[in-house]
Amino acid sequence: MSKPQVLILHADGSNRDHEAAQAFEASGAAADIVHINQLRTKEKRWDAYQLLVLPGGFTYADALGSGKLWALDLNTYFNEEVHTFVESGKPVIGICNGFQALVKSGILPGQRSAVSAQRSASNNTATLTFNAEGHFECRWVVLKPQSQRCVWTCGLSDLIECPVAHGEGRFLLNDPDDLAVLQAQDQIALTYAQADGSAAHGAYPVNPNGSIGDIAGVCNPRGNVLGLMPHPEDHIAAYQHPRWTRGESGRLGLRLFENGVKYAREM
Amino acid sequence: MTATPQHCLIVRSQLPRDPRAAGLLDDAHALGLARVTQLEIQELFFIEGDLCPADRQRLAAELLSDPIAQAAEWRSAANDGVIRFLGADRQSRTIETALRPGVTDPVAEQIVRCAHMLGLEAVQRAATGKRFIVYGKLREADLHLLAKRLLANDVIERYAIGPIEPSFPHPAEASGEVDIIPVRDLNDEQLLTVSRDRRTALDLAEMQAVQSYFRAIDRDPTDVEVEMIAQTWSEHCGHKTFKAEIVVSEQSAVFSDQSSVTSHLSPTTDDQPSAINNQRSAISSQPASTVDGILKTYLRAATEQINAPWVRSAFVDNAGIIDFDDEYEVSFKVETHNHPSAIEPFGGANTGVGGVIRDVLGVSAKPIAATDVLCFGPQDFDPKKLPEGVLHPRRIQSGVVAGVQDYGNKIGIPTVNGAILYDDGYTANPLVFCGCVGLAPKDSHPREPHPGDRVIVLGGRTGRDGLRGATFSSMTMDAQTGEVSGASVQIGDPITEKGLIEVTVRARDLKLYTAITDCGAGGLSSAVGEMSSSCGGEVDLKRVTLKYPGLAPWEIWLSEAQERMVLAVPESNVPQLQAICDTFDVQLTDIGVFAASGHIVVRYGDHVVLDLANEFLHHGIPRRSLEAVVSRQSSAFSSQWSVVSHYTDFNATLLALLASPNIASKSSVIRIYDHEVQGGTVVKPLTGVMNDGPSDGCVLKPIGTQGTRGIVLANGINPELGKRDAYAMAVNVIDEAIRNAVAVGADPDRIALLDNFCWGDPLRPETLGSLIEAARGCYDAAIAYGTPFISGKDSLNNEYLGSDGLRHAIPPTLLISAIGLIDDVNQAVTMDAKEAGHVVYLLKADSGMQIAEAAPAMYRALHRAMTSELVRACHDVSEGGLAVSAAEMCIGGRLGMSLTIEADDPTLALFGEGNGRLLVEVKPQHGPAFEAQFDPAVVKRIGMVTDGSRLNISSRTQALISLPLEELVTTWSRST
Repeated sequence: MSKPQVLILHADGSNRDHEAAQAFEASGAAADIVHINQLRTKEKRWDAYQLLVLPGGFTYADALGSGKLWALDLNTYFNEEVHTFVESGKPVIGICNGFQALVKSGILPGQRSAVSAQRSASNNTATLTFNAEGHFECRWVVLKPQSQRCVWTCGLSDLIECPVAHGEGRFLLNDPDDLAVLQAQDQIALTYAQADGSAAHGAYPVNPNGSIGDIAGVCNPRGNVLGLMPHPEDHIAAYQHPRWTRGESGRLGLRLFENGVKYAREM
Repeated sequence: MTATPQHCLIVRSQLPRDPRAAGLLDDAHALGLARVTQLEIQELFFIEGDLCPADRQRLAAELLSDPIAQAAEWRSAANDGVIRFLGADRQSRTIETALRPGVTDPVAEQIVRCAHMLGLEAVQRAATGKRFIVYGKLREADLHLLAKRLLANDVIERYAIGPIEPSFPHPAEASGEVDIIPVRDLNDEQLLTVSRDRRTALDLAEMQAVQSYFRAIDRDPTDVEVEMIAQTWSEHCGHKTFKAEIVVSEQSAVFSDQSSVTSHLSPTTDDQPSAINNQRSAISSQPASTVDGILKTYLRAATEQINAPWVRSAFVDNAGIIDFDDEYEVSFKVETHNHPSAIEPFGGANTGVGGVIRDVLGVSAKPIAATDVLCFGPQDFDPKKLPEGVLHPRRIQSGVVAGVQDYGNKIGIPTVNGAILYDDGYTANPLVFCGCVGLAPKDSHPREPHPGDRVIVLGGRTGRDGLRGATFSSMTMDAQTGEVSGASVQIGDPITEKGLIEVTVRARDLKLYTAITDCGAGGLSSAVGEMSSSCGGEVDLKRVTLKYPGLAPWEIWLSEAQERMVLAVPESNVPQLQAICDTFDVQLTDIGVFAASGHIVVRYGDHVVLDLANEFLHHGIPRRSLEAVVSRQSSAFSSQWSVVSHYTDFNATLLALLASPNIASKSSVIRIYDHEVQGGTVVKPLTGVMNDGPSDGCVLKPIGTQGTRGIVLANGINPELGKRDAYAMAVNVIDEAIRNAVAVGADPDRIALLDNFCWGDPLRPETLGSLIEAARGCYDAAIAYGTPFISGKDSLNNEYLGSDGLRHAIPPTLLISAIGLIDDVNQAVTMDAKEAGHVVYLLKADSGMQIAEAAPAMYRALHRAMTSELVRACHDVSEGGLAVSAAEMCIGGRLGMSLTIEADDPTLALFGEGNGRLLVEVKPQHGPAFEAQFDPAVVKRIGMVTDGSRLNISSRTQALISLPLEELVTTWSRST
């Protein structure tokens, strides 16, 4: 059986693309890091891929807000291609800066319509803004997979441990009532949790950025597009765990990628 | 000048609490501005262009603000200065800041680009600024003080009380002006005047060498030529002091008393007097001797004598290189960026990180890790006592840390190892050491440009950045005239440099270039000059793309604009390189050709503005001859360092040590650096149950490498010792760097060292004498441990001449950075105590601050124990001695310890510092096997890890320390 082909989108300043590629390779897929210019010149083609990844980084140096200008790329140059990719149900994941771009482009959480014909930043229902603590922070967190609708988290029962490394990861909604909508539509894919899996209830640093509802990741209503701030791609081997010398192991982020690849394979 | 309308958008946070503003308020209070009661931070965007209200509405909502988290309003006549919705009241004033003309403003460039993407083609130019709403009963003078001390740095920013006028960027064109500098007929005095006027820093012998060259070729030099010679022959590029012949006369001093306690406690408290006293009891003079170059005699000599087969490049390339495995090699370089960080902390540290990353790129390696060692003045320094013109240490620290964070995080390189030290001596002269580790396939770094290869510049445009900083920062600039004068310090642009990494690594793998080097000090003149030194070359400065108009040819040639690399590329490969550059949005400029001429020739269009023979330029510098006076106190001193006072309340002493800034937790800084990116950080800077124990070193498993092998990084630095005995400091910091590396699992036979000397003025014989002593210590210790030096850097003249006429010099500071290998990263060891019931050993091979003869064998034995998986935890005993080390292990593991030590002198036993000491935790059943690895004289079982929540240390006769774990944790964590 041929390996699912993963498009890892690279814009100027993307930097966790190689880790994402490594995680997908370890999950049985073939990963291709592609600069957006290679798609604009048609050197690479969207339809050659079964999965889409927007990896972490600092595209355009976070100028004018993290993910903002990358989102502008998506909405200006690739509106139709992204629309087609998402509507076809293929798995899409945005990690950290990729999540920020998916939110700022209006693709996530996308409850108004999966992808409107004309998205624009001023119609967004959610944002990722500066951490409540006011600064960038790198630390390991515990994630609880929640959504059964999301193709990436569906069926995952184990907690995931992995690092966050961001300054603008606080998930906020324009209308706080939308939280109930996200819950009702099973769009809250991952939440920050205590080591035993119990809720963080907003407590720092378990919830590292002050996100509403301890939200670490959300998916679109259909469940094929996931965005999350933490970096599961940085926990695919036991030696990456911060307390492996104390005998702690498991809770790999790799499971998320295996899930996505499995879904793509079965599509 | 222009009739195009200008608009200003004010953006503020809509969220209830802004922690950045709270932090700024704390800073204001700490800097003596107690009357400020509240601060708000807002952003300013200046847009030039014919925009209708609908356009402006779109710009604000879709590009310049986040409507969910922020509010935005365009400034108008109605709200000018007092924007109602922003809630300004009678008690508040506004201070606005904007960048000076010529300072890189990447956000402004993005605004224009992205406005056009949105179809708002009318946007012509943009600029950014900040707006501060200040509350409190403040006089006008207070506002100026606040702006100057905290909100705007005069070097790169202007401020205004109330609305500020922006400075917009201009399109570029160069000036072409070249001066001829007559030197052929000058006498010695006149030669020195020319040197002074042009700020060449060349001495008489050097100026005479220049004169005789131009007499021989029968013409006078251009300013471009003089500037290039000065740059090539500068201390920074030529390392004149380290290459000089030095006549050394000796004084020897003998000290009384025994052993070593370094005090990290304030010496002012009566019950805790300084534990150090050096009493000279005898001084005698020795006959003079000659040192035939410090670099050659001590540092290179050690490397050559050790002759390790795994050293691939030492002291030759931009970075030192060692073998990693059969496939890869690892490079490492540490640079200093001290002076730029003193005047503009953010930009200085920012470009320091960027610069050392390019050093690694300059050996064709992919940067995989960054290190940062920072030395600051005390954070509670009395603002009133600051020398004129010196930024407060608090502001320097926050700026430097933010600068490191900004560059490292954005470029995607993990910052994994470092240190922060505080000393009065660093108040006017902070030290910023930036290191970078690279990984490359073996033999993939080409070093020889061929005649006919193109001279290709990749990366950012050229401005006046870093040119004769002093001149430009003292120039009055006027925003209204729109005249661009440039700034001496630049903000880096990590995303442009990220593009350079993407392009360089691909170009290397495709073998598209024959040589590569970075543009650092001296800019193109240094990079192209160095690359063409073995052949020759010709470039046209008119082809160089500029940031703004008016640069003279010498400025283009010398500019230290950031984020540029120079490559030698065979003409047939240029199109392929251009294609890669196009993909990654990297600018490629072909500025000339390498030639077999033996000359470097620079044109500006049709005019030749420089023509110098390589033989003269690179080998014509007369060797310096210097004098040094050495206080050869070391051998006596290092074994006879005295404790003059003995503590009695050991609990209080331990807590005071844990809370002292040099020892207390640095987690608030470490956590704002991304130390996880690239996914290879196996032993992280913070470790243990709560992820807050201070690791001795870092272990990395580079992404893309096969097998289990990893890289170990560690460092040693000890200015406290540097003030007393430079030789002893060198020995101590080498031991500490090696010890830290071994503590996390490095193979002691596969460790290489980097030396970074930061010293005062070497023309003072005593200062040069201590430099020689440090270098001699480096040689002796490197030979003793078998650890070669692979790279180094000296930063001299770290002195500040105050307006009071006093010289403020730093303590002589030697940073040793160690890079080692570990065969199996799964055998790495962390410092946190692991389990109650385990045995604690003290390994001790020291003899005060002398080279511990038993240490090399002890480290090898420890490594054997680790590879046999007999070690559960290991922590070096350094600042604060055994008690602090044990306390840190307890904090890391949230466990207790019960230790019994031999303590004829309890102060010394608990807090004494020395070389070759570690604490090790071992499972009880592994005790005998562990002990069997060592010479019995160096290993001692001293107690157990306990699940009791106390650290208990006693002698055979009495309890010395008994403290609850929680108190250790809170005391150690509090200061951050």
